[in-house]
Amino acid sequence: MVAVLAGICLVASACVGAIYVVTAEPIAQAKAQATVDALNNVLPAFDENTVTELEQDGLPVKVYTAVAGGQVAGYAVETVTKNGFGGAVRMMVGFLPSGQVNNVNVLEQSETPGLGTKMCDEGNPLIMSFQGKNPGDMKLAVKKDGGDVDALTAATISSRAYVDAMARAYAAFKQVSAGETADAATGATQSESQPTQEGGENE
Amino acid sequence: MNKLQIILKGIVKENPTFVLILGMCPTLGTTTSAANGFGMGVATMAVLIMSNLVISLIKNIIPDKVRIPSFIVVIASFVTVIQMVMQAYVPALYASLGVFIPLIVVNCIILGRAEAFASKNGAFDSILDGVGIGLGFTLSLTVIGAVREILGSGAVFGLPIGIGDYAPLVFVLAPGGFLTLGYLMLLFNKLAKK
Repeated sequence: MVAVLAGICLVASACVGAIYVVTAEPIAQAKAQATVDALNNVLPAFDENTVTELEQDGLPVKVYTAVAGGQVAGYAVETVTKNGFGGAVRMMVGFLPSGQVNNVNVLEQSETPGLGTKMCDEGNPLIMSFQGKNPGDMKLAVKKDGGDVDALTAATISSRAYVDAMARAYAAFKQVSAGETADAATGATQSESQPTQEGGENE
Repeated sequence: MNKLQIILKGIVKENPTFVLILGMCPTLGTTTSAANGFGMGVATMAVLIMSNLVISLIKNIIPDKVRIPSFIVVIASFVTVIQMVMQAYVPALYASLGVFIPLIVVNCIILGRAEAFASKNGAFDSILDGVGIGLGFTLSLTVIGAVREILGSGAVFGLPIGIGDYAPLVFVLAPGGFLTLGYLMLLFNKLAKK
């Protein structure tokens, strides 16, 4: 009896392990492809991009600097917040060099279906509040909390998480774009990915 | 029992949602829209067919005392395998159905059918039972989801039907889920009895 159960567990775990080995590579590729798709979605057309990895309050932030024809076309910030209703929310936010939000793509979320998940929809109130605007000119909070952002109906916590992720993205964007201008002034060019500028943001 | 009856009983006489009243947790949680209900139903049906098949094949080597843990191991392994395969080869489908997959492990319909049908019947009949129960579950969830979506957000499968401004949001929230499920259960059983 025990032997049979142990045998079944052994076979089952061997199957799961085998499938994991087979699928690990395609899963990584699919994830990388999803990142590329998100970059294309949130940024204007670009030729190549470089990655800068930062850290904010212990959470990782990646800033992709997109270059088109030798000029910076925009910055895409991959940001994460832990304040979602169902855990972490990961977003890709595209900024134009001027600081305006070009587009937002929610990469990963586990909000309530039909309520918080509306943050992924095209033209939802959250993205409409940000698109074409500079978060630096806005009060970054939902209207209920006295800010300038339209929240999703019945999903205030999800909306607050979205705003939090946006604030983080904007802070990272400012940090990187400021560094970029300084580099340009000294004539330095960025062709390879910069490893890390850790602990840049302390609040 | 002929083959067609095995499929049909899963849809009407032993409808998992309205008659057997199994799997209420994923039912209430995912039926906020017709598309979500449909997605959960299809994902469950896929796991149900596979687990019914495997359990009917290995039923003779499993001692009676350890059958429940054995079934759970088989089902959980299947769900994990399906999740990884979907993530690897159909990422688009995984993006829309992925949230439902881990919920299937705790869906008592799967274990219920393993225990009540697959462990007593042959492989082919067990597959048919999986198809029937799976269809019944999918149809029920889609109907509940559609009703809640129409009443709560004024749309069907994401297409607005022009009453969005008057739709009471409560139907998308948990209390509306219980109300809709209760009334649909009443209606279904009244119609099915005739």
